[in-house]
Amino acid sequence: MEHYNMNLTLKVWRQKSTNDEGAFETYDVKDISSEMSFLEMFDVLNERLIAEGKDPIAFDHDCREGICGMCSMYIDGRPHGPWQANTTCQLHMRAYKDGDTITVEPWRAKAFPVIKDLVVDRMAFDRIVQAGGYISVNTGNPQDANSILIAKDKADLSFANAACIGCGACVAACKNSSAMLFLSAKVSHLALLPQGDPERKSRAINMVAQMDKEGFGSCTNTGACEAVCPKEISITNIARLNYEYQRAGYLAD
Amino acid sequence: MKWSELFTSSIGKKLVMAFTGIFLISFLVVHVGINACIFADLFDPTENGEMFNRAAHFMGATVLIRIAEVGLFAGIILHIVQGLMLEVQNRSRRGKGYAVQMGNKGSKWYSRSMGLLGTLLLLFLVLHVSQFWWDSRVAHNLPEAGYDPSHHDLFLRMTETFQNPWLVVIYVLGCISLAYHLLHGFQSAFRTIGVHNNRYLKMLNSIGIGFSIIVPLVFALMPVSMHLGWVGLNN
Repeated sequence: MEHYNMNLTLKVWRQKSTNDEGAFETYDVKDISSEMSFLEMFDVLNERLIAEGKDPIAFDHDCREGICGMCSMYIDGRPHGPWQANTTCQLHMRAYKDGDTITVEPWRAKAFPVIKDLVVDRMAFDRIVQAGGYISVNTGNPQDANSILIAKDKADLSFANAACIGCGACVAACKNSSAMLFLSAKVSHLALLPQGDPERKSRAINMVAQMDKEGFGSCTNTGACEAVCPKEISITNIARLNYEYQRAGYLAD
Repeated sequence: MKWSELFTSSIGKKLVMAFTGIFLISFLVVHVGINACIFADLFDPTENGEMFNRAAHFMGATVLIRIAEVGLFAGIILHIVQGLMLEVQNRSRRGKGYAVQMGNKGSKWYSRSMGLLGTLLLLFLVLHVSQFWWDSRVAHNLPEAGYDPSHHDLFLRMTETFQNPWLVVIYVLGCISLAYHLLHGFQSAFRTIGVHNNRYLKMLNSIGIGFSIIVPLVFALMPVSMHLGWVGLNN
């Protein structure tokens, strides 16, 4: 692909703290390489802001290779930007052309309060996982892998769900700010395996209860979450979570 | 876990919507089937709605069906109240909104507009129930049917009502709202009650699309064909 440079106009949400009102600020960025990543473009802008003695734009990032789930920008009306099955850090500037205006906002949900600028607090996800997204095992030597039989299709499906990086794009995209795609990935990944079976009832009940406590909305199956998920978690998992929840709800003591 | 928690959690509220929704879908099958009896007039123009009036009389005079009717109203009210409460609650979860909306990137407009479509249907329902159900089942002020004075001539009421072109337009708009409400609601209800087998989901999706087109279309054809005189009193 041919390399080119571009000048862009960025409209970025700036907010000093959780309680600050916040507002958009417009920045002109020049000579951005088409080979840069979206976050590298922000690095260039931040270097300039620091050199000018201004406050750089705060944004979450860590691995920058699409596997950690830290980056979280709502770009031109879509979490993680215009590309399919992609994180913000893996969005590259070849997606844009000279003269484009790009609007960047933080994830919006009451359960994800803004900490600063584009950084939101996603601890709610951690608390949901703490409520049941694990299996209780005695420590010690791992047993032989072949001693527990798992059907290949189940193992694959479980693995596909384990790919969820907990970035929160599903919540950001959902009109109800529902965390059901995230939760369904966490519940499915364990419910599909024999190791997850003993705790599947308490897991479903406790994780849903924690999700409700955090203030996420109900799922209305619109499919927006699935469309923006960088790991392409299927919305069918939400139906599985509904099944798991009822199985627990009707049968638990 | 208490039963009350099961039906009041975020998933529980959706379960209430799904179960009542599927119940209302099953009612639509009965409703459209009985009302389609008016089309007997297409095959025998001297029939003058007798088959429909007899079917309507059966529905009104059978004790078990009248008991089921109480359940139907309870289901409708539960679906409406829970639906409106969910809509308000879900809308409150965002806080500050986005400057650039996601719009149709990833979801269909009607799947995001179930609250609006449902509200339109509620308004339609108030009109519809007051025009037909109230007079035939509560006020009992409909004229006697020609073939049997103990039966109401509900068919006559229909033909009179649909002479008004504005009412025909409102009824057709009501049917369009119903079609889009069902287009999302049918398959979504089954997902909510936990159907997650891909083969069944595909099947339910296809049945849902067919149902959402056929049932509202047959309903819409009733006021239209009465207004245009395809179905009516001939002599």
